[in-house]
Amino acid sequence: MVPRATFTSYYGRPVVKPSPWEADIPAYFFLGGLAGASSMLAAGAGVTGRPSLRRTARLGALAAISASYVALIHDLGRPERFMNMLRVAKPTSPMSVGTWILTAYSPLAGAAAAAEMTTLLPQRLLGVGRPLRAVSGPAGVGAAVLGAGVASYTAVLLSDTATPSWHEARRELPFVFAASAAAAAGGLGMIGAPADQAGPARRLAAGGALVELLMERRMEASMGITAEPLHAGRAGRLLRASKALTGAGAIGAVVLGGRSRVVAVMCGAALLAGSAATRFGIFEAGQESARDPRYTVVPQRQRLEGGGARVGRF
Amino acid sequence: MSVRASGGLLGPLNPARGAGWQDPPPRKGFFTDTSLCIGCKACEVACKEWNRIPEDGLAMLGTSYDNTGGLGASTWRHVAFIEQRKPMRMLPVANGMGDSPASGAASDVINPARGAADFRWLMSSDVCKHCTHAACLDVCPTGALMRTELGTVVVQEDICNGCGYCVPACPFGVIERREGDRTVHNAGVAQKCTLCYDRIGEGMTPACAQACPTESIQFGDLEELRERARERVGTLRAAGVSDARLYLDDQKDGIGGGGAFFLLLDEPEVYGLPPDPVVSTRELPAMWRTAAVAGLGLLAGAAAAFAGRRR
Repeated sequence: MVPRATFTSYYGRPVVKPSPWEADIPAYFFLGGLAGASSMLAAGAGVTGRPSLRRTARLGALAAISASYVALIHDLGRPERFMNMLRVAKPTSPMSVGTWILTAYSPLAGAAAAAEMTTLLPQRLLGVGRPLRAVSGPAGVGAAVLGAGVASYTAVLLSDTATPSWHEARRELPFVFAASAAAAAGGLGMIGAPADQAGPARRLAAGGALVELLMERRMEASMGITAEPLHAGRAGRLLRASKALTGAGAIGAVVLGGRSRVVAVMCGAALLAGSAATRFGIFEAGQESARDPRYTVVPQRQRLEGGGARVGRF
Repeated sequence: MSVRASGGLLGPLNPARGAGWQDPPPRKGFFTDTSLCIGCKACEVACKEWNRIPEDGLAMLGTSYDNTGGLGASTWRHVAFIEQRKPMRMLPVANGMGDSPASGAASDVINPARGAADFRWLMSSDVCKHCTHAACLDVCPTGALMRTELGTVVVQEDICNGCGYCVPACPFGVIERREGDRTVHNAGVAQKCTLCYDRIGEGMTPACAQACPTESIQFGDLEELRERARERVGTLRAAGVSDARLYLDDQKDGIGGGGAFFLLLDEPEVYGLPPDPVVSTRELPAMWRTAAVAGLGLLAGAAAAFAGRRR
């Protein structure tokens, strides 16, 4: 075991403040990822003629992004001022950039889902939805492209802080989040679509799970002591659960998911739960790293004592 | 909709000009010389009174004479007390008032035979640093945080929607969202030192500096304060106080220097300050590039999931 570095603090008090965010924010990260990657599955399903997968993914994307708005607004100190998010556009603020990505994405995802809902209308009313269905293809492709932003910008939002375990994860976190989004959307597709249409969902889930687990390993190795909170306490339990659920879900999807609907649903649920646990675990680890001055002071001391390598190192 | 970055991703070293002010007045700031602090907490009280800051807990913390704890939504000046088993030295006082014990602290453990004590008290009045490259300002999604013409960083309380992003962004743990129900002034809104923007506008001195009885807190034009601080640290070092150092006076540091900076008598972390703070936005372009690669990778992965097999 590596000896714990000695450091000085002011009565053990934190140097930086943990975010005031609660469960809303990691839930939002999970839902945003699920929505963004689901829009990709929906677009692919539309192009390749998989109506059931398309319906699951389109409706799932709209439900997830709608719930994420609720979480985002609920988390504000002044929810009635949510619209102030739209009074500026600031490239220096990942939250501002993200709000604008969401603002562009949501109507497209909404149009695609609304068109999907019109296909469920009784036969004699089907005509009502025709104009909507006509634009739903391009809208869905637009949602898929913007979905890439929805699924990955949240990693930048976390890393662009002084919270040690979020900032030090900045090189790999976007990959972890994007891959986790793929696993979640694949899982949802496996739940909602029959096995003969869910092939792409299984492949997306398995690929996402593999990349997520690999990038998480790499992230933990690159973070120095700020990786410790990823293994301890509640964050550690969440991330261990995430790895088990994601791994089991992916293996099940590849081995049995194409044959048994029951297994597919179970694997899909495991993948969704694993993706949520990833976001909650990384969120919690950051909060813990902010509460302990060790994770702020020791890396900065090492940087100072390491000499002039302060500028230009990502 | 206005598109506004604070003058590029990092912004220039004249922050007011970078924020778009035409011909701004000289940048204002604080020089807090902790070698003159006597721990009277007049700054804490004056700040609370002037800025109508609500009470935020009456607790015994068991941390020397500090029952305030740290800066936060309802504490914009905070006096730290550190008791050390280190020799106290006689320090020169700034205005030629003769010698006084280190940090001005009267200590009952002075050994007259040695003319020094084996105990010293460090006291320091902490405050928002009004960074040249301010992370809170960079990440604020509403534009509620703004750069004033004086180069300071101020929250517009009627615009902030309490998203809380500035809180983890600050490398010093200064800004915080005020908790409490609607009876609490500005509850749910990010709060911090304004460098008494309202007083300065009337030609007055910020409340804390006005109340400071030893001129440990000095307010003025930042350029002049920096010069004065360099002189002061030279005087102290010449008098044998080898651990006297300036903190956040250097425009080449990770925040481009502070609008509020300090003379410390020990390492920054002893006072609860980060030893090498860096504005996280410095790495933001690289973070966006990484996210773009990840997002495009996700798109490519999704496309690949549909390629080939029909099932």
